[in-house]
Amino acid sequence: MSGDSPDSRPAADGGSPSDAGVPEPDPRPAPSEQPGPEERDHPTGRRNLEGIRIDPVVEAEHESRRAVISALVEDEPGVLARVSGLVSRRQFNIESLTVGPTTVDGHSRITMVVEETDPGIDQIEKQMAKLKPVISVGEVSGNAVTAELVLLKVEADDPAAVHAVAEMYDGRTLDAGPRTITVQLTGDEARIDDALDAFRQFGIIEIARTGQTALARGDTPTAPGEKPGTAGEPTTHDD
Amino acid sequence: MSDTAAHPREDDPEGSEEPTEGADGAPDGDLDETPAAGAVSTGAESVVAALEAAGAETAFGVQGGAIMPVYDALYSSSIDHVTMAHEQGAVHAADAYGVVSGEPGLCLATSGPGATNLVTGIADADMDSDAMLALTGQVPTEFVGNDAFQETDTIGVTRPITKHNYFANGADSVGDTVGEAFELSRAGRPGPTLVDLPKDVTQDETDRTPGPAAPPAGTDPDPNADADAVEAAARAIEEAERPLCLFGGGVIKAEASDTARTFARTYGIPVTTTMPGIGSFPEDDDLSLSWAGMHGTGYANMAITHTDCLIAVGTRFDDRLTGGIDTFAPEAEVVHVDIDPAEISKNVHADHPLIGDAGRVIDQLTAAVRAAPDAEAWRERCAEWKETYPLTYATPDDEPLKPQFVVEAFDEATDDDTIVTTGVGQHQMWASQFWTYTDPRTWVSSHGLGTMGYGVPSAVGARVAADNMGETDRDVVCFDGDGSFLMTMQELSVAVREDLDITVAVLNNEYIGMVRQWQDAFYEGRHMASDYTWMPEFDKLAEAFGALGLRVDDYDEVAPAVEEALDYDGPAVIDFHVDPEENVLPMVPSGGANGKFAAAEDQL
Repeated sequence: MSGDSPDSRPAADGGSPSDAGVPEPDPRPAPSEQPGPEERDHPTGRRNLEGIRIDPVVEAEHESRRAVISALVEDEPGVLARVSGLVSRRQFNIESLTVGPTTVDGHSRITMVVEETDPGIDQIEKQMAKLKPVISVGEVSGNAVTAELVLLKVEADDPAAVHAVAEMYDGRTLDAGPRTITVQLTGDEARIDDALDAFRQFGIIEIARTGQTALARGDTPTAPGEKPGTAGEPTTHDD
Repeated sequence: MSDTAAHPREDDPEGSEEPTEGADGAPDGDLDETPAAGAVSTGAESVVAALEAAGAETAFGVQGGAIMPVYDALYSSSIDHVTMAHEQGAVHAADAYGVVSGEPGLCLATSGPGATNLVTGIADADMDSDAMLALTGQVPTEFVGNDAFQETDTIGVTRPITKHNYFANGADSVGDTVGEAFELSRAGRPGPTLVDLPKDVTQDETDRTPGPAAPPAGTDPDPNADADAVEAAARAIEEAERPLCLFGGGVIKAEASDTARTFARTYGIPVTTTMPGIGSFPEDDDLSLSWAGMHGTGYANMAITHTDCLIAVGTRFDDRLTGGIDTFAPEAEVVHVDIDPAEISKNVHADHPLIGDAGRVIDQLTAAVRAAPDAEAWRERCAEWKETYPLTYATPDDEPLKPQFVVEAFDEATDDDTIVTTGVGQHQMWASQFWTYTDPRTWVSSHGLGTMGYGVPSAVGARVAADNMGETDRDVVCFDGDGSFLMTMQELSVAVREDLDITVAVLNNEYIGMVRQWQDAFYEGRHMASDYTWMPEFDKLAEAFGALGLRVDDYDEVAPAVEEALDYDGPAVIDFHVDPEENVLPMVPSGGANGKFAAAEDQL
């Protein structure tokens, strides 16, 4: 580096400040003499926006997909704020987030439905795992059991028809007034979507949805390392 | 920030809790019966006992109402306290103290404005993964949420910029919480932590001495990388024709500089660093290509563009390093060593992710790589790039003093162990380009956040750290810009009061120079809000603070002034009036290809 170059030291002694102190010219190529950007060799390879080499490896364009992420967390103040703050700050696309207790006192489960590329889903899991109250986190495998609860209020112009549709989708009527009927629906996403389509004919006035929550099927733990148990039994993973 | 609702005002000098009044009398209240070492009587004493047990030696801070119980407990503590002029000064000083010492920095502030004044420095430490603990006062628990005097939701404000933060919820547990927060800050990937301390928690009685401090479960990761991944990475390194090491700040934080140096030299692999990685590899080594990125050397950027195997250790592939991701090391198989799994493939895909401690994983690689890659031709090519694209600057005699010359003059006049701190801007780039760094923990700067004003307070923290380590002979030189200096120069008062031997070199171009450079390059020279048409005389200002103040306008004044300032036993400021038109080069335009850096303005 030029710091080692003796020729750039000031002249040892006096003369007028304006010239005698001026350093000797540097013999190495001045910036303006160095080859410009177009005069240099450039590699032909490229990376995609996810930093993956396109050439010579497969051209991997990641499509975004829906994923259900389940996290077992310590139920301490601010844990939901930490998770939701992380999601918004890192611009993860999230469809829903639910939170509730588990079989263990002091533990909660957070279930998020996200729409992300595979690297994006990977980042969500890794960033979540860094939060101190998060005990374990992972994507619930594709055949997870998922369900959502929806309350919807429709016009009561034709109560019999509303009841018939509710029955068709295993819904429950929670409130029936002279002008509105409120129905509760549960089920997976496809079932809920179908039901809402059917109710639209009556005129939906208001709707409230909990968002999807999920558990893994069979013996598979929902969050990695989680040991499924019954209420009262500890389900923590081994540290 | 000393005014509080719950305490005597400053105009009440008789107040029994007035901090300065207690100094020459016996501490009042409980402290009259100072308990035996280790035993505590209040939450605040428990806090201080936890800090002492964790090894904290120095705290930087500013007093104030809600933190007063903690300060009162510090009165009889072994922990030194440096009173700063502003909380931002305290947090930067603590940050720099941590960088130089390798121990977590410690800073204190009161609630409300005290805490919010820490925010910039906490964010800075977060971006640069610096271990630090911030303790903030808070209004009493029963007032929290009521918008009480000097109340801010400090936990909410600092949540996204801390590794973790804690709201202390009782005198019995607060010591353990503080101990855990201190240890967490340096566990795994370091970062800042914060404990918010409501005044009732620190004032309440407790006899519970905090237990041994440890980071929370699961936050101290396995230092060793997966053995199969190490083997695969080793094969990639053996087969590489154009291997390149990229050492980041993580190498220094892991105390792995020696290991990393041996690795590169053993296998003959050229080395470039990131900016935070400066000092991890000696820049006067034949294998060194200095640092890469936006204003990195041309040869580092050529090498990183053409490498076929990038061994990246302790770096998060910041955009200022990578330039456009599409053209970053586009033909390289990437071996990425990092302690934080979330950094793997975050910005650049890692073909060989090695999650673990930098030093341990390099040891694993050293054991696994059976033969050095055949890279003689590549090393020659790197040497040619060093010849073709040297860092040089012109010194025409009809142009004013060049700032690069000042940096070189200081480098020439000081030893290798000199600590350099900087603000942010052009001067920071020249200080990193034209100084030849050879040792870790000698480069102290604000990288990820780019905090103007980091220079003077970080010089204070660096000086205190070096003195604590018994290295009082080391020089501490702060390169600052005129803009950066104006933001935090009040901390000179601390340097004078504490008699700290620092030298501040203001490279004064009467511009926010980096902005001016960008305006010239990308905004048709429209100098909106970058042109400082009037500047104070910094040499006289320094004298007013009680420091040595010098002014330099010409080349032949540089060496004598540098010598005088370095010889001066105490803080010195030299106001170097440098060429206002000088630009930082080379430069990779934002999002551009590293290999297409502009060596000169007309190449932009």
